[in-house]
Amino acid sequence: MTRQVVARAGDVAPGTSRVVNVAGREIGIFNVSGEYFALANRCPHAGGPLCQGRIVPLVQSEGPGHYRLARHQEFLRCPWHGWEFDIRTGQSWCDPRSTRARQFAVTVEPGAQLVKGPYVAETFAVSVEEDYLVIDLGG
Amino acid sequence: MPSAQTLLPYLDEYWRDQLVNRHIDKSSFILTSYPPNSPLSARPDWRQASGAPCGSLDDIRRQALDPFGSSLAICNVLHGAVALFNEDMSAAMCSAINDWVAKELLDREPRLRASIVVGAHNPALAVKEIERKVGDKRFVQVLLPAMGEMLLGRRIYWPIYAAAEQHGLAIGIHAGSTYQHAPMASGWPAHRVEDYVAQSGAFESQLLSFLAEGVFQKFPTLRLVLLESGFTWLPTLLWRTNKTWRGVRPEVPWIDRPPAEIVREHVRLTLQPVDAPKNDPQALARTLEHIGSDRMLLFSTDYPHWQFDGEDVLPDGLPDSAVRRLLIDNALDTYPRLREMAGLGDNREIKQEAVR
Amino acid sequence: MNVPLRHTPAPVKLAIVDCDIHPAYRSPADLHPFLPARWREHMTTFGEHLRQGLSGQLAWPRMMASGMRVDSFPEQGPPGSDLELMRRQHLDANGVEYGMLMQLSRGGMEERNLDFAAALSRAINDWQLETFVKPEPRLRAGIVVPQEDAAFAVSEIEHRADDARFAQILISPRSSDPLGHRRYWPIYEAAQRARRPIALHVQGFSGGHASTGSGWPTYYMQEHYAASTGMQNTLTSLVFEGVLERFPDLKVVLIEGGFAWAPALCWRMDKHWERMRQETPHVKRPPSDYVRQNCWFTTQPIEEPEKPEHLRDIIDWIGWDRLMFSTDYPHWDFDHPREVFKFQLSEEQKALVFRNNAKALYALA
Repeated sequence: MTRQVVARAGDVAPGTSRVVNVAGREIGIFNVSGEYFALANRCPHAGGPLCQGRIVPLVQSEGPGHYRLARHQEFLRCPWHGWEFDIRTGQSWCDPRSTRARQFAVTVEPGAQLVKGPYVAETFAVSVEEDYLVIDLGG
Repeated sequence: MPSAQTLLPYLDEYWRDQLVNRHIDKSSFILTSYPPNSPLSARPDWRQASGAPCGSLDDIRRQALDPFGSSLAICNVLHGAVALFNEDMSAAMCSAINDWVAKELLDREPRLRASIVVGAHNPALAVKEIERKVGDKRFVQVLLPAMGEMLLGRRIYWPIYAAAEQHGLAIGIHAGSTYQHAPMASGWPAHRVEDYVAQSGAFESQLLSFLAEGVFQKFPTLRLVLLESGFTWLPTLLWRTNKTWRGVRPEVPWIDRPPAEIVREHVRLTLQPVDAPKNDPQALARTLEHIGSDRMLLFSTDYPHWQFDGEDVLPDGLPDSAVRRLLIDNALDTYPRLREMAGLGDNREIKQEAVR
Repeated sequence: MNVPLRHTPAPVKLAIVDCDIHPAYRSPADLHPFLPARWREHMTTFGEHLRQGLSGQLAWPRMMASGMRVDSFPEQGPPGSDLELMRRQHLDANGVEYGMLMQLSRGGMEERNLDFAAALSRAINDWQLETFVKPEPRLRAGIVVPQEDAAFAVSEIEHRADDARFAQILISPRSSDPLGHRRYWPIYEAAQRARRPIALHVQGFSGGHASTGSGWPTYYMQEHYAASTGMQNTLTSLVFEGVLERFPDLKVVLIEGGFAWAPALCWRMDKHWERMRQETPHVKRPPSDYVRQNCWFTTQPIEEPEKPEHLRDIIDWIGWDRLMFSTDYPHWDFDHPREVFKFQLSEEQKALVFRNNAKALYALA
C-alpha cells in the first residue's frame, strides 16, 4: 500500500502545516496558498525534526543594508540549525543542488472516490462528502 | 622606514613647524608591534651594523631583491604615524611617507612598488590621500593595520574601498596593532610573542567583518590582501563560516553564495610566515588541499622580519604545480597595476616585503 | 550531504558521554532557596551587573528561539529547565550515559560585584545538585566559580572538592585579563590539588574587552565566530604565561570553541615561540607539547568541511585521544551523536570520542 489518506483537506489551512505518521514515517504536510506539499520530517543536514520548524518568508537583498521579504509562507526553517528549505521543492536555499529534504507527492481526492478505492487507511475513516489529502510514499 | 627628521622636507610649513618646535621630530615613530631589537623584527644577517632593523636601498637590493630573483616587490612601510590620534597630523605624516617612498625608493629602484599608507581613523582624509597618489601607478595597494579602532568591514570605512576599487588598488591589511583595543578578547597579554600570535585571530575577525558586512557585494571587483597574516588558519574559517552562514543567512541576506566561494574569489594572503611544522611537509601540503585553491597565496619574504633562514623562502610541501602561480601569476591577477608596467622574464618573482 | 531518510537502529546500544549540556532555571526565583536573604533582595532590586549595554538580553540577538532548538521548549520554563523533557528528548533518546552540566549564567563568572558573585557561585552550585544531579545520576555538575576573585574561587573549589558529583571547575575564558595571568594561578593550583579539570566554556558576556582585537562585531554571524578566536587567545595565554609548565597536572577542557583551528594555532605558537624564545624562558617546551599533554577539546559545534574527509586530517593532528563528543543541548547549533561525523570513523575512534576519552578525563565509572 503506497498511498495513504492522512487528513481532511480542511485540516491544513493555508500557511500552516501538520505532521502525520505514515507507515512509521513522520511526514509534514504544508498548505502553500492552497497547494499541498509533503516533506519528510527529517532534516537532510543532521536529522532534526524539520517539519516542526517555522514557516517563514524568504529574506532577499539588493545589497548591504537592504532587506526584502518574498515568497511568504513558502519556506521552512529547520528548528535545529535554522537552514532554510523551499517547501515547494524541498531544496535547501543555501545549497540547492546538494541538500534537499525528501519530498512526497500529496493530492486532494474526493471522499466519494476514496471510499471505493483500495487505499483508504485503516486508521482514518473517510466520508464521501469531504475531500482528503492522500500521500504517495513511492515505490 | 623614514625617520621623522627625514620626512620634514615632505611636510608643509605648519607641520614642519609643529614637528620641530614640539620636538616631535625627535620621536622614533616605532610601532609597539615591532620592537626594533626583537628577533622577529630583523633577521640577524639583515640587521644593520648599528642594530637598526631596516636598511638602505642598497641593502634592500642586496638582501631582499637579488637573492630571490624578484622582478617586482611591494614595499609596505609600517610607521607609527598611523597610530597617532590626531587625524590631521596622522594624515600629514602619511602623505609625507608616501612622497618619501616615491622619491627615495620607487624613483631609484624600478623593481619596487608600494602601498599607500593612510590613517584609517578618518576615512575622508584617507580617501583624499588615495586620490592624491593614485596617479602614480607604482602605488598598487592601500595599507591598513590588522588591529585598529574598529573592524575594517564596517560601513564607515567604505569610502576607502570605493576609492580603491575605482582605481584598481588592492586593500592590504598588514599585521600590527594600534592597540586601541586589547589584542585579546580577554585582555592584554604579558608577552610580545602572545600579541604576535594573536594577530592571526585578528585577521580572521577582519576577514569575517568584510564578509558579514557585505563589502564584496558592495564592491564586486575589490581585492583584499592579508599581509604577514599566516594562512594555515584559513581552512577552518572557510568551513566554519560556510556552516554558520546557512543558519544566519536572513541576518545578512546580501551574502548570496557560500562565504568560502567569496573568499576564494576576493581574498589573497602572503606566504610568510608559514605557520606549519618544518619537519612535516605533509602538514602544509594537506592544509593547502583544505584551502582548495591555488590562487590565494602571494609570494613574500616579509623582509626584514625573520620568518625563514638563508634563501629557504619556499617551504617544503608546496606542490610544484602551485609554485608558478605563487611566484608570479597570483600577484599579477591581484594587482592589475603590476601588469601595466611589467616587463617580466621567466622564473621571476613578485613579492611583498615589510619595510620599517 | 543528505542524511539517510530513516534512522537505522544501531545493533549496539549507543552509550555516550555528552560533555556539554546546559541546564536552566525556570526563573531567577529558583535560586532564592540557595541565596542568603541579603542577596535575594539584591538580586531583585539591582539584578546582575554585567559589562554590556542591554539588560537581560543578548546584544547580538539570536536567529531563532533565543538561541535554542525550537523543539526543546518545555510546557513551562525555558529549554533546559525541565529535567523530564531533557531525559526524554536527549538523555534517553540519545543514549547518554553521563552528561556534563555547563551552567552558564548567574554563577558569578561575569558579575562585577564580587560579593554578589561569590553568593551566586555558591547558590548555583547547590542548585545544580538539588535540581539536576541528585534526581538524575547520569549528570555531573561543574563547580562554577568567579575567576576574578581568585581567593573566593579557591575556597569554593575546596568546599566542593570531596563531592564527586562535581566533575570539573568552570571559569570564563572571556575573563578580565587573559587567563594565563598570574592572578588566576591560585585557581589552577586548587584545581590541580582537587584533581579536577578546568572547563573553559565559551561565554556570551564580556569580561571588559571587545570580542576581537580590533573592536566589536556588527552581526551575530561574527559574534558566533568570536567564540573560536577568543578560545585561541585564551589557550595562547595559558601556554605562554607558563601555566601549563607550572601546573603540569592541570587539565584544561576547551568547550564549544570549535577545534579545527587547534593544529594551525599550535604550529603558529611553536614557530614564534622558537623565534622569540628569549622572551619566555619559562616556557621550556614547544607550545604544541603542552596542548597535547594538558588540553582536551569538545566537538560541538563541529566544523563541516566541503570535503568531510578533511576533518580526519585535523583530528589526526590533534590526536584521537584529545577530542570529546558534546551536543550543547538544548542550543540551536546542537550536534546529534549519530549525524555529527560526515566521514567514517573506526570503532576504536568512535569509542574514544563518544565515550572513553571523557570517562578517562573525568574518572567516570
